[in-house]
Amino acid sequence: MHIVVCIKQVPDSAQIRIHPVTNTIMRQGVPAIINPFDLFSLEEALRIKDRVGARVTVLTMGPPMAETSLRKALSLGADDAVLLTDRKFAGSDTLATSYALTSAIKKLSEEEPVDLVFCGKQTVDGDTAQVGPGIATRLGFQQLTYIAKIEAIDEAAKEIVVHRRSEGGVQVMKTKLPCMITMLEGTNTIRFGKMDDMFRAARYGLKTWSKDTTGADETKVGLKGSPTVVSKVFVPKPRAERAKMVEAEGASPDALAAAAVEAIFGAQPKLAEDLVGRAAAGL
Amino acid sequence: MVEKFDAIVIGAGPSGNAAAYTLAKQGLSVLQLERGEYPGAKNVQGGIMYAAELEKIIPDFRDDCPTERHIIEQRIWLLGDDNYIGTNYRSDAFNTETPNRYTIIRANIDKWFSEKIREAGGLQICETTVTELIHDAAGKVIGVRTDREGGEIHADVVIMADGVNALLAKRSGYQKELAPENVALAVKEILFIDPELIQQRFGLKGDEGVVIEIMGKVTKGMVGTAFLYTNKESLTIGIGCLISDFKQGSVPPYKMLEDLKNHPVIKPLIEGAEMKEYAAHMIPEGGYKAVPQLFGDGWMVVGDAAHFNNAAHREGSNLAMASGRMAAETVAELKKAGKPFSAANLAAYKARLDDSFVMKDLKKYLNLPGIMHENKQFFGAYPDTLTAAAHNWFTVDSVDKRTKEKEIMKSFVKKRSVLGLVGDAIKLVRAVR
Repeated sequence: MHIVVCIKQVPDSAQIRIHPVTNTIMRQGVPAIINPFDLFSLEEALRIKDRVGARVTVLTMGPPMAETSLRKALSLGADDAVLLTDRKFAGSDTLATSYALTSAIKKLSEEEPVDLVFCGKQTVDGDTAQVGPGIATRLGFQQLTYIAKIEAIDEAAKEIVVHRRSEGGVQVMKTKLPCMITMLEGTNTIRFGKMDDMFRAARYGLKTWSKDTTGADETKVGLKGSPTVVSKVFVPKPRAERAKMVEAEGASPDALAAAAVEAIFGAQPKLAEDLVGRAAAGL
Repeated sequence: MVEKFDAIVIGAGPSGNAAAYTLAKQGLSVLQLERGEYPGAKNVQGGIMYAAELEKIIPDFRDDCPTERHIIEQRIWLLGDDNYIGTNYRSDAFNTETPNRYTIIRANIDKWFSEKIREAGGLQICETTVTELIHDAAGKVIGVRTDREGGEIHADVVIMADGVNALLAKRSGYQKELAPENVALAVKEILFIDPELIQQRFGLKGDEGVVIEIMGKVTKGMVGTAFLYTNKESLTIGIGCLISDFKQGSVPPYKMLEDLKNHPVIKPLIEGAEMKEYAAHMIPEGGYKAVPQLFGDGWMVVGDAAHFNNAAHREGSNLAMASGRMAAETVAELKKAGKPFSAANLAAYKARLDDSFVMKDLKKYLNLPGIMHENKQFFGAYPDTLTAAAHNWFTVDSVDKRTKEKEIMKSFVKKRSVLGLVGDAIKLVRAVR
């Protein structure tokens, strides 16, 4: 079984600051990490490897510095890593990114047919959740998004049974391989790699592929292949209103309610007038 | 199969990096283990980097080393309650092609240094904690065990560069617990600020920098110092005192830092800056007398773990780099000669240190930590009387100058007595001679 896990290196969004003068994002000194959503998919792929045996290849598209994220994935137990990097890919939106990644997955399939593609549910820097489904569509794979659990995987019958979280319940679904899966966050915990894997990751000769390696069409990648237009970037203004803690003497519900009403009416005299008027009119 | 290296270096701070780089450059197989997520992740420094030691290891470091500003002005301030008295030294001669001192942000330097080690052929593994040293039946160190599955790794020699706590040396019984009076706790903040404001407030252009070393009442009579450094786009401000003093004192470190930031002479310098990073770290301050056993069968200890810090001159990372380099040179020499890494042979490391500024400087100030600790007037009474004297002297109020001189002299004697003053002077002179 051959599993490809697509990951993305992102700035640690918890540590991003906005430049106080220019209002732009300050990336300086912000550590680059594997998109946290991708780790749930990587762990699930590694668990399938543990269960039934598989070759896990991690794939990322990004600048050369994304190498550290691939090595990190290798140290966790992935077998191979491919860095898709080319200046021609710069500026790709989700449409172009899914095209470029698909071209790499197709090339990986030439070596050994790919049975499963794992993607993160979404990234923390883009939040679109479009790249995974984009890859599935281009490859003609079944797509299983928001997966909470992989119930069973039958290599001989090429079948997989998964639990998909949906509004109001859980769907238990069975489908044929190959397919593309995005895992829901919090469904597993990424492992602590073994010493052997740490050594292997540190010494691994990374595969670096360009646009020409995968034979991607130049018009479909980078800015040229990206119909998305960013019209404006702005920092949301902090709201003027602040939440207010209302306190009351005693803990009786009546006293608390009265204090809350008083606070609301104090802040919204028009609303108070209106409500009191309606009450007086018996409405 | 257990991996085997010529040398294992534990830690990716200044001393560990100096050791690993020197070993890799000499063609030895070296593994560097770091518990942090990346080299420098756990490291905290003010900080000022002195070029000389790094230059010995990487002569062309200035080509791409991510330093902040080269220092053209040094200020030393004694803070009173709402004032300071101090000295400044500024010189355009510090604007050379090869400056001697830079302000730095430690983590950036460590990352850069680590890249150089990998280029030189060293193997680095992060996020891996060494839990213990592995000894053979004769007690010689033959490797380490890490916190990962299959974590046993062997080496001919292990260099411990694991920082001030020196946990591995302690676990192996090579070092005793740190005494509270031998360790300072320092807290610092990196405050982001518009570079133009830095240039205006400190009178700088380009990458010129100013550093201010601070003593005085802000430490509430505890033995400690503070600092304010200019970086490219930020200011670093911090304060530290001996842990033994913090134990007795009522002021916690973060409060002391707040007080410093709100001090009337500091506040205008950091106005409008945004806090980007808060960090705390321990600093070995025991000096020469606190230096532990430095080597044994199959092991050496370098940097903060060996207590190499010159508190009087606020030098640490250069001593760390020097000790790392000397440990590595000792190893490389023995390897070349085909000699074993026995305690007797590794004693050459200690001999190198004794012959260098590292031990010579520590020895020069060997009594200073004790004197500071037992004579708190240097951190309380003196700042008060000195600033009051200055205030008196510079206030022109029709009091004749001779009377002013008498008043000032009286204020000193009142605080310390003539005998006390003379005694303090003698103590200080003896300690630093």
